[in-house]
Amino acid sequence: MTEQRKFDTKVQVLKYKVLREVARLAWNDQLLERVHDIPKTIVSGKEPTMRCCVYKERAILAERVKLAMGGDRDNPNMIEVIDIACDECPVGGYRVTEACRGCLAHRCEGACKKGAIYFDKAHTAHIDKAKCVECGACAKVCPYGAISSQKRPCVMACKVRAISMNDEKAASIDREKCIECGACVYQCPFGAIMDKSFILNAIDLLKKSENGEKYKVYAVIAPSISSQFTYAKLGSVVSGIKALGFHTVVEAALGADMVAYEEAAELAEKGFLTSSCCPAFVAYIQKQFPDLAAHVSSHLSPAATIARYIKRDDPGAKVIFIGPCTAKKAEARKPEVRPYLDEVLTFEELQALFDSRDIEISELPEDVLENASYYGRIFARSGGLTDAVAEALRERGLDSFKLRAVPCDGIEACRTALLKASKGVLDANFIEGMACVGGCIGGAGCLTHGDKNKADVDRYGKEAMEKKIEDSLSMLHR
Amino acid sequence: MIVIQICIGSSCHLKGSREIVEKMRKAIAEYGLENEVALGGSFCLGKCSSPGVCITIDGEVISGVTKENFNEIFRKYVLTPLGK
Repeated sequence: MTEQRKFDTKVQVLKYKVLREVARLAWNDQLLERVHDIPKTIVSGKEPTMRCCVYKERAILAERVKLAMGGDRDNPNMIEVIDIACDECPVGGYRVTEACRGCLAHRCEGACKKGAIYFDKAHTAHIDKAKCVECGACAKVCPYGAISSQKRPCVMACKVRAISMNDEKAASIDREKCIECGACVYQCPFGAIMDKSFILNAIDLLKKSENGEKYKVYAVIAPSISSQFTYAKLGSVVSGIKALGFHTVVEAALGADMVAYEEAAELAEKGFLTSSCCPAFVAYIQKQFPDLAAHVSSHLSPAATIARYIKRDDPGAKVIFIGPCTAKKAEARKPEVRPYLDEVLTFEELQALFDSRDIEISELPEDVLENASYYGRIFARSGGLTDAVAEALRERGLDSFKLRAVPCDGIEACRTALLKASKGVLDANFIEGMACVGGCIGGAGCLTHGDKNKADVDRYGKEAMEKKIEDSLSMLHR
Repeated sequence: MIVIQICIGSSCHLKGSREIVEKMRKAIAEYGLENEVALGGSFCLGKCSSPGVCITIDGEVISGVTKENFNEIFRKYVLTPLGK
């Protein structure tokens, strides 16, 4: 399996290589003395393949190494901009396209308050970027629609408008607005925005467990894994996780069963609720709709719920969540979650960990994964949570409560529903909020994003031995 | 107090641990042992290759529990030690 085929983009491959090398050195206790060799290990030749010269490539790689090792300690945001990697995209802002006919009217010039429009000998308009303030007045008045705005990919990706350009024209993240969903991380074509990685914490936890002798490390995996690592069988991925030193693998979907069951009762009692599973959605409500924060489900996320359950039976246990989510890294650091989730890894990071130990999962025998019901598993895609809450209402005999849900697919849909709710005009009593389009399968920490992912999740759901939420819950002592 | 943990990990789940959990709950209720037996769960006791479900009773791992041999095991490890 080539590295490229495991990922959507070459930016992901580069990030993965850094994570893999950092992890490899950490396992071998060589990180301290050899960390500075990593950029040269990855860019070994003299010819640049990505940037102007190998020295810039290595300088950027050194920044990636820093992020792979936890990033800037003074910046608590999980998402960081690598300034020197930001290409200050020239596509930013308004430009005159070939559609300009060099007319006589020059409405564009008249509309521009900054005097940024000038003309060449063919009377074609141009925009002086040094003067332009991106107001768009010129574009509005052009009869040919010849002036268009091309926003930066990061700005386009960030639907909560947390990204702007700083004085050096590099991207800058506003912590007050950022919900750490990672949309910009996945979209930046230069890989200039990255999520902090805590693989070193994970490796440390695994090493010090001494193969489960000192304490057991549990992997809690998100149901979206069913759409990932498609070059291997899911059972082999489970074997691979155990080969890394995890005691066992537990489905976060069992936590989802628990949450759906409890959330149904809370909804029936309170009459209006938003989901609490997606940490980026919860952060969005807290930052932009604080008046609605009281309506967020009081239950911990599925991952935190199952982690709490694991630790009740095995108090010395350590729990590492593995999923598609960068915002989960922030969730795990919240005071109410910190006691249960010891660390968070993304699927990208899991791939790097496998390869840092030369674990070829496609060659491993298939282990089994069977903890949750159909409903817990379909949490991974938009609409699944709503289906699960509807089922839980039925199973609990709360049918008299009429569920009117809005499954919000992506943060823009969430904003629309929350705006309506804040004005009291939302015709629904339950908001399912998923910050990523498609649900968790659209998460920034996924290896691949594809049209088949939803079908993969549904198939995985249908393969569950337990068809009802109560069946999977009946295993648990409460 | 006897502490019983039943494995509800993936492998044991597939081998029927849900039934064993139900049987255990019923047996505890039937003999009125709620104050003498503490029932808990576990996500893997490390004996996945054994044919039945794994449980621990006061820390001792007993593998191969099935609905067929459940009564026998319950008698041996729970009822007899409690003098029932």
